[in-house]
Amino acid sequence: MEYIIILISAIFVNNIVLAKFLGICPFVGVSAKTDTAVGMSGAVMFVMTIATIITWLIKTYILEVYGLQFLEIISFILVISSLVQLVEIILKKVSPPLFQALGIYLPLITTNCAILGVAIEASGTTDFGLLHSTVFAIANAIGFGLVMILFASLREHLDLVNVPKGMRGVPAAFIVAGILALAFMGFSGMV
Amino acid sequence: MNQVQNFTKGLFKENPVFVMMLGLCPALGVTTSAINGLGMGLATTFVLLMSNIVVSIIKNAIPPKVRIPSFIVIIASFVTIVDLTMNAYLPSLHKELGLFIPLIVVNCLVMGRAEGFASKNNTLSSIIDALGMGFGFAIALTILGGVREILGSGAIFGVSLVDADLMLAFVLAPGAFIGLGYLIAIHRAIKKN
Amino acid sequence: MANKESTFTNMLLTMVIVTAVAALALGGVYKATKAPIAKNQEKKTNAALQKVLPEFDNKITRDTKTLETDLGKEITLYKAKKDGELVGVAIESFSTKGYSGLVKIMVGFLPDGTIKNISVLQHAETPGLGDKMEKGKSEWSKQFNGKNPAEFNLSVSKDGGDVDAITAATISSRAYCDAVKRAYKAFKQEIKGGE
Repeated sequence: MEYIIILISAIFVNNIVLAKFLGICPFVGVSAKTDTAVGMSGAVMFVMTIATIITWLIKTYILEVYGLQFLEIISFILVISSLVQLVEIILKKVSPPLFQALGIYLPLITTNCAILGVAIEASGTTDFGLLHSTVFAIANAIGFGLVMILFASLREHLDLVNVPKGMRGVPAAFIVAGILALAFMGFSGMV
Repeated sequence: MNQVQNFTKGLFKENPVFVMMLGLCPALGVTTSAINGLGMGLATTFVLLMSNIVVSIIKNAIPPKVRIPSFIVIIASFVTIVDLTMNAYLPSLHKELGLFIPLIVVNCLVMGRAEGFASKNNTLSSIIDALGMGFGFAIALTILGGVREILGSGAIFGVSLVDADLMLAFVLAPGAFIGLGYLIAIHRAIKKN
Repeated sequence: MANKESTFTNMLLTMVIVTAVAALALGGVYKATKAPIAKNQEKKTNAALQKVLPEFDNKITRDTKTLETDLGKEITLYKAKKDGELVGVAIESFSTKGYSGLVKIMVGFLPDGTIKNISVLQHAETPGLGDKMEKGKSEWSKQFNGKNPAEFNLSVSKDGGDVDAITAATISSRAYCDAVKRAYKAFKQEIKGGE
């Protein structure tokens, strides 16, 4: 039950993109087409889950034991950036077409604040054990993917309608994101 | 490019938020009021300035393959310094900005300037570039925060203008997206003329 | 100075030096800011205590007791004394039932269990709605002052209690009541010997 609450809360109520404003760069940058959005979401889910598990272990068994919490930011970001490199190498070998499609966006996962944000939040929430944190990471990744794909399909339609000239492109996309956020506010209070 | 242009490009023409779309997470996340936007902008400016200085000084001593990791360590150190110092001397602002202070480390703007500018230019240019970009970022965040504060709670910099809650949605998440969307459009219109 | 080559030794050496310098610098800053940060915390707690308790003259942040509550979390109890006599008890309580995240409050009780005052320490409720639980934002929280939970049902009226919920923010109001209830339970357990 507890895990279901974490899932629902992270996916719908406190959606990582629309309510917490994390991962906006890929949200705006890679969401022009649905298939790249799917690929990006997959990569984020993989990195986010592993990163949260590793950073939780580092925080609990190294930083807290030796009273080195002030090294949290530096150690977390180093772990995440090495992990992204690893994913890049694996993807290059396993799925060259996907690697090509994601192009320059994969290295950008390092600077995707969603990953670091979730890692910090999971390890900073006092009553989160390792399993809680893992579920939390997966839930947030699902939330990210859901909104990415929703938004990408909305944007594909946006190309077909007549938007006033000054609003074309990014401004219109932001307005749509705002309306989507408004819709997601309807979920609040569910948990 | 002369230094005056180097400074002013970040303020308007290449504004990090409105034009380059960098650092959007804090731009949307903390701008529930003008003062929060300004605080975040200045904290980012400090990190940007310090990391640009250090990167431009040591750029030649770093082997190309470990350039990015070294930059990340440098940036993360300054972010931690900001985090600790703010917690010690500006506790209420620190609480308001919350998670977004450690997240300065992944602000694309900071990494982008370190990698794209400071690693190729001398220290003086890097300082000026950092100040221009930082202030441009701070101005953008303050404007967005101000707009949301006025429309949402009828106040500016905490000073109440009307005694009522106006369009609450502007203080909440949707207002951030919609506000930024319109500001980008306005910025485009001004730039064109 | 020419660019260094990316040999293994060069890379390793660079990373070791960069991280070592960074760690040393951070250690220094951490040491320098540790005291002010702790002082801020204490100042904040003290300010909250003074708001919710009658006048006291003991060093209250030293006269504390930690109690185990449900959900496996601990809450802190502060005893306020004047001339050695107990004049009030403040309890730092919490609720996990908030709209978004933890709600933390400081509840001040008089020795007979009457609520003197309540102060919100931490919350992430919706601005303009749930955040009316804060003192400065509305008069809502004043309805608790001077009430004794022995005869005042600490639930919102929708749930059959005596508390008027904040308009359009029943969940936030419920969380607030939940936190006050938890504080009162701890108070009874501690002061009246768990009757």
